[in-house]
Amino acid sequence: MASAAEIAKAYEAQDVRRRWLLSLPALLIIFFAAIGPLAIVLVYSFLEPGNYGDVIWKFSTDAWVSVVLERDIFDDTLSFADAHLSIFWRSLKLSLLTTLLTLLIGFPTAYFIATRREGTREIWLFLVTIPFWTNLLIRTFAIQEVIRSEGLLNSLLIWTGVIDQPLRILFTDTAVLIGMAYVYLPLMVLPLFASMEKIDFRLVEAGYDLYASRFQVLRRIIVPLVKPGIIAGSILVFIPSLGAYVTPRVLGGGRNLMVGNLIELQFGQGRNWPLGASLSMTLLAIVLIALMVYIRYAGSGERRHG
Amino acid sequence: MARTFDVRRQTGFTTIAAICFALLYLPIMTLVVYAFNAGTSIAIWEGFSLRWFEAAWNNNQVIEASWRSVRIASVAAVLATIAATMAALATTRTKPYRGLAGKYAFINMPLMVPEIVVAVALLIFFSRIKIATGYTGLGYLIAAHTAFCIPFAYLPIRARLESMDQSLETAAADLYANGWRTFRRITLPLLWPGILAGLMLAFVISLDDVVITEFVKSGGQDTLPTYMLGQLRRVVTPEMNAISTVFLLLSIGIVTLFFFMSRRK
Repeated sequence: MASAAEIAKAYEAQDVRRRWLLSLPALLIIFFAAIGPLAIVLVYSFLEPGNYGDVIWKFSTDAWVSVVLERDIFDDTLSFADAHLSIFWRSLKLSLLTTLLTLLIGFPTAYFIATRREGTREIWLFLVTIPFWTNLLIRTFAIQEVIRSEGLLNSLLIWTGVIDQPLRILFTDTAVLIGMAYVYLPLMVLPLFASMEKIDFRLVEAGYDLYASRFQVLRRIIVPLVKPGIIAGSILVFIPSLGAYVTPRVLGGGRNLMVGNLIELQFGQGRNWPLGASLSMTLLAIVLIALMVYIRYAGSGERRHG
Repeated sequence: MARTFDVRRQTGFTTIAAICFALLYLPIMTLVVYAFNAGTSIAIWEGFSLRWFEAAWNNNQVIEASWRSVRIASVAAVLATIAATMAALATTRTKPYRGLAGKYAFINMPLMVPEIVVAVALLIFFSRIKIATGYTGLGYLIAAHTAFCIPFAYLPIRARLESMDQSLETAAADLYANGWRTFRRITLPLLWPGILAGLMLAFVISLDDVVITEFVKSGGQDTLPTYMLGQLRRVVTPEMNAISTVFLLLSIGIVTLFFFMSRRK
């Protein structure tokens, strides 16, 4: 006869088995149609490019070398690949600026929402989420209309007399920056709101009792309290900005490429799949590093508050 | 008498918030307004007309792409929701077991990897399968969409499950209901709002996708977003605004429905 403990153990093992079976469809679909093929990209990055796209099955590290270095076609010497490096640099710069811009606008907005009354708060929050759920391409297209030479922004500036010639914003880095800040703003506001909602305003009151100014309260009390939200929001904006493809394509006009567009180029006109693969892996690596930094910070933050 | 001192106030924050909301909605509203322009420009107003809606309605490519978008989104959303519901049942309301944290991380992974990287991976993987099997149908797009919709569907279902009281299920088991019967008569009806929310999110997410679709689609498989992306390279007429307006209304309608459903507990 089996003891009670044995029966319980067998029951538990059966439960775990059933749970694995239940989660199997989701795991398999994600493995085969999203995450698993990343391994193939890694393999492809070590092969030679075929003449008409695809690859030749021969080991080569050329693709990885040409991510950062350029081989001179005449004397075979290596130098830094300015084209690629400048695109990586632009992507990093634009993503950081986007993060900063969304933080500057998103912080007061999230604070405004968090300090509303309970009933109206949800409605304000909903107004922030609506644009997030509407098509990214359409929102980018909307921005394109606003900033073009004859668009709303220029008309307004000319009408108010600030400028007399329309500004050429479309198809510049500024256009990409404005577009990315616009489409990713909700991703900054939502986590900021989530931490601001939990602010204990008795701490703020205590600050004022000790003669702190509004700015001191903001800097010494509110910002430290919502730091987890600031970090989460920054990561949520930074990661998609870095891999952005649609916004720079529509607003950068083919010349102001970001990494995403450079990758696409290798699978289209460039016909260098291994280079595209190694660029993809580089982008993935940068994103994973950013995530790891985030997890470390978030983890230590929670422990402090816990 | 002095005004009461509001400890929550921060100078200028309300102004910035007002500007922020204006900035969020002005571009979208401009886009919608010019959809009704009588002229051919998307910037110079020449009077009210519905001609561009008519033009879009009579544009076969638009109708075909829209129909394809809806078909893919429906199938992918249903599949993703079923898979996500099962996964949520398997990962909530349990003692930690080996692999639980890993499962959770894996299900959410499509949210973390840049979309362009997944798109490239699928392009390579599916092009191999296309050559090997000769099949070039919508199956690839449906599979890809299902995969990236799962984490979105999983979120509200899991949240709902975690807030559910387990005592009713225990009671059902005490009354000799078997596992399936308990699930069908107790768990499923309680979980239903979460499942519907997941389904709607998955549908909207699939409908909106550009990047993965652009890389995975075979010739002649444009969805509405990839069709629009192609058109944006040319001279744009208010027809694009008209298409966008209809699309926006659809998404906003679904999300609003979701909002009110999740408010009603």
